[in-house]
Amino acid sequence: MELFFQLTLAGLAIGSIYACVALAVVMIYQATDHFNFAQGEMAMFSTFIAFTFLTFGAPVWLAAVGAIAISFVAGLIIERVVIKPVENAPILNQIIVFIGMLMILNNMAGWIWEFTIKPFPSLFPSDWGVQSELIGPHHMGVIGLTLIVLFAIFLFFRFTRVGLAMRAAAANPDSARLVGVSVSWMLALGWGLAAGVGAIGGILVAPIVYLDPNMMSGVLLYAFAGALLGGVSSPFGAVMGGMIVGVLENWIGHPALSELLGFKMNELKLTFALMVIVIVLLFKPAGLFGRVVVKRV
Amino acid sequence: MAFLEVKGLKAFYRQVEALHGIDFEIEEGSIMTVLGANGAGKTTTLRAICRMVRTEGSIVFDGKDLTGMPTEKVVQLGIAHVPEGRGTFVRQSVEENLQLGAYTRNDKKEIEADIERVYEYFPRLRERQKQQAGTLSGGEQQMLAIGRALMLRPRLMLLDEPSFGLAPLIVKEIYEIMKRIREQEGTTMLLVEQNANIALNLADHAYLLETGDVVMSGESHVIRDDENVRKSYLGY
Ligand SMILES: Nc1ncnc2c1ncn2[C@@H]1O[C@H](COP(=O)(O)OP(=O)(O)O)[C@@H](O)[C@H]1O
Ligand SMILES: [Mg+2]
Repeated sequence: MELFFQLTLAGLAIGSIYACVALAVVMIYQATDHFNFAQGEMAMFSTFIAFTFLTFGAPVWLAAVGAIAISFVAGLIIERVVIKPVENAPILNQIIVFIGMLMILNNMAGWIWEFTIKPFPSLFPSDWGVQSELIGPHHMGVIGLTLIVLFAIFLFFRFTRVGLAMRAAAANPDSARLVGVSVSWMLALGWGLAAGVGAIGGILVAPIVYLDPNMMSGVLLYAFAGALLGGVSSPFGAVMGGMIVGVLENWIGHPALSELLGFKMNELKLTFALMVIVIVLLFKPAGLFGRVVVKRV
Repeated sequence: MAFLEVKGLKAFYRQVEALHGIDFEIEEGSIMTVLGANGAGKTTTLRAICRMVRTEGSIVFDGKDLTGMPTEKVVQLGIAHVPEGRGTFVRQSVEENLQLGAYTRNDKKEIEADIERVYEYFPRLRERQKQQAGTLSGGEQQMLAIGRALMLRPRLMLLDEPSFGLAPLIVKEIYEIMKRIREQEGTTMLLVEQNANIALNLADHAYLLETGDVVMSGESHVIRDDENVRKSYLGY
């Protein structure tokens, strides 16, 4: 039983990180109908920026906040400079832009910081919080921080004027323009926010998977899976989906299960997670929490 | 110079010319209607004013040339557009739709008061204020679209076929409220309609549009009494 709780809590921690990245992906998807394949590499790059601050002697929290702020601005700039010019281009061109960005960021990180694996410190000191057998301090901090961040984002979208305008611009750009919303700036702002949230995901996952230019490839896959599972039309769904995928992954990946079943489940955990998702989508195409829009003419 | 003055207006969808150089004007405080069959270019005319379609010619509102401005800027000048199809934000609540109408304003207290005022014009919206706007009936969504436009405190209101697809009783109700709005707010309106009868009752002036050209214009009662108009637009 204790093992079960341990696995679940650790799964929730890694799932919170998937949730951050999934939310970033869904925020952009809602506004543009595109998956940003470069979201993971953007987060990786952000984490390297935090790493650079650390090498200059900055305390870890300051390095994190600085990197997140820079990521926000960089997200804005990427939208303005790279994405906006291809806004009306054919879909294939846009996908190529995303893939290109992924490769450029990956190579640039390798070139600047090298492909060697580097340790990255946790934001949460080891004597932090309640000492427990069930969950380590970093995992506990991850869950706590992501819950706070996700809740803050929820409040922003739900209760602020700009949050409402961003939702309106994503859902109905023509009408949004007609009430005076600058749709194009809302898109840029969405990219900035997504980059910031992604950066948080990167900084939180780096102490677990270590820092290197390829550290986000697995995370992005699981985050996509989470987003699809929860429903790409629902930010809340994406967050829940990310959490679920994290927990599933941890359950399935544990050696005890492999032993029980008599074959190496651990190596199949990604396959299995994706299978679960395919099955769910077969029965609920909009995802578990995807909203079907009620519309009357 | 008139409040809104349009000269030699051409509009294009890619290479296709949908308006062939039309002229019209509106005096402040008056209601003008543009009548025409389906495809005549009514919607395009309104889109041209709001800068949602490529144009040539001049559009001058209150002394300012609109042709170089983005849509958001036109809205900031006080031009509210009740678009074809009503433009409802379907996933947002009725109240959020109204708040969006006031997006360019900063006077929070006044905005609250104006939401109240919209509910006085449209009591049905008050009953549904927390409801997802996509669940409203067609008539209610039309009311919401007009309410959203009012939230701008518009100096000029553009209305695209508010009667479209609605039962005659609802149309009558909506037009009566538009009349009250005109009396109480003095809002200048540019009303586009296929339903000539009801539009001519409300408007002071009318223009007839046929495949991108103005073919006739004048005071509403003159247009209404015209033999040809009666036959082709009013059906009696
Ligand atoms: N998005 C569009 N793309 C291409 N042509 C269009 C578009 N919208 C309207 N048109 C054309 O422009 C002309 C005028 O259309 P519109 O202004 O919508 O007419 P109305 O509102 O009077 O029914 C029509 O010939 C129509 O086919
Ligand atoms: Mg039309």
